[in-house]
Amino acid sequence: MKGNEAIAEAAIRAGADAYFGYPITPQSEILEYLMAANPHERTGMVVLQAESEVAAINMVYGGAGCGKKVMTSSSSPGISLKQEGISYIAGAQLPCLIVNVVRGGPGLGTIQPAQSDYFQAVKGGGHGDYHLIVLAPASVQEMADFVELAFDLAFKYRNPAMILSDGAIGQMMEKVYLKPQKQRSTEVPAWATTGKTKERERNIITSLDLDPYAQEQHLLRLQEKYREIERNEVRFEEIMVDDAEFLLVAYGTSARVCQKTLQLARAEGIKAGLLRPITLYPFPYERIRSLASHMKIIVSVEMSMGQMVEDVKLAVNGQVPVYHFGRMGGVITEPEEVLEYLKTKI
Amino acid sequence: MTEEIIIAGFGGQGVLSMGKIIAYSGLMQDMEVSWMPSYGPEMRGGTANVTVIISSERISSPILRRFDTAIILNQQSLDKFENSVKPGGILIYDGNGITRHPVRKDITIYRIDAAEEASRMKSQKTFNMIVLGGYLKIKPLISIENVVKGLKKSLPERHHKLIPENEAALKRGMEIIRRLN
Repeated sequence: MKGNEAIAEAAIRAGADAYFGYPITPQSEILEYLMAANPHERTGMVVLQAESEVAAINMVYGGAGCGKKVMTSSSSPGISLKQEGISYIAGAQLPCLIVNVVRGGPGLGTIQPAQSDYFQAVKGGGHGDYHLIVLAPASVQEMADFVELAFDLAFKYRNPAMILSDGAIGQMMEKVYLKPQKQRSTEVPAWATTGKTKERERNIITSLDLDPYAQEQHLLRLQEKYREIERNEVRFEEIMVDDAEFLLVAYGTSARVCQKTLQLARAEGIKAGLLRPITLYPFPYERIRSLASHMKIIVSVEMSMGQMVEDVKLAVNGQVPVYHFGRMGGVITEPEEVLEYLKTKI
Repeated sequence: MTEEIIIAGFGGQGVLSMGKIIAYSGLMQDMEVSWMPSYGPEMRGGTANVTVIISSERISSPILRRFDTAIILNQQSLDKFENSVKPGGILIYDGNGITRHPVRKDITIYRIDAAEEASRMKSQKTFNMIVLGGYLKIKPLISIENVVKGLKKSLPERHHKLIPENEAALKRGMEIIRRLN
């Protein structure tokens, strides 16, 4: 199964209520698969091709406001178009899933894989002080698994979650084990706007408060929530770090490339290890900080001009040298290149 | 066991689907598989290629620089990938339209005139299966039986009647592949 198809099938099986999207390479298979699978007959899930990305994200806003499990997907330029809606959803504290199958930018850029939307995904993207919960799958299996995880986290914290993938994982096929079909939930969250009943006060979904003091209180509550997410939800994988002297930090496709680099390095007696952040927000600052104390150098490997490397540097806080390496513009870094780069630094 | 393969040729030659069949067949044998296509400008006319990995272990990088096997179906791809074969690896190519033949001495080179054979068999569309048959003769990593199962999985049902023709093509490929060095 392709990574994109895995996301689509996993969404149906996770009991999603609706998908709203607009096609763009390299993620159009998500919409295509959902259309062909006709989940409305299987689970009642709505699949709708909106007239634009902006429409799709605002349909998500509406569905999420009603307490439904809703999602959208796009690729970089399309995600940029969705940013206003994403900021509103974050401000209104609504759960939803946004999938970004990243291609190279800026602008229309290229249709080839890249990881140049890291800043946009983890530092906000839209306006205002907010965070998305950001999951970075490194395999087709994780493309499937992270759909349900993202929904669960989104509902737990009433916060939009993003799967930050890229064109390589979206387009590649691997073996995948799918979970059994879950029923769509009939529970209505207490905050959802589903029509006021006599028993309760009105529910209001808004990202607007004209009273600055009230707005400040709202933002402080958001910050409290982000601190809680940072305490509870950091996820990462470590490969060969125990005896490592040189640490690679990489997520998604780059993490797969780096696993091969580790094999090549170890074959030459170079003790390299890999830390793969699974959550990019919250970022595994603490773990990288404690690993840094017994590393000689750390290299952040990304298909970008160096974005995650800033977070790695924050984590390391000057303990050891931190470098960035990676290809960009749709060029995928090769395992050998990473090793060659590493050798120039040791 | 890990086999890292690049298949490259023109769009329409069945490059991606040959890779898919190998991947599905590996899956039938309970192996780990990855299939990484070129989906960019190549796919929109011109050359197409796919990296297929089948392994008994967890697969690390789906993107590779060096391959155990290169299956090459046109001149551009031969020029591009001849040097990507690992020393001791193999290169299989279709001779049709090739003017500059492979020259490396540290790899084993096989030629299979599958295009010619497909047209002789009046079955042009099974061209890629002839090539696949040749490959499986050299590297019998997956059984014909599992390839047929893989075919059933990757072909839409309305095309299942074509499976015997494809099976014949696989077997013909096994007969006509020849070693050049």
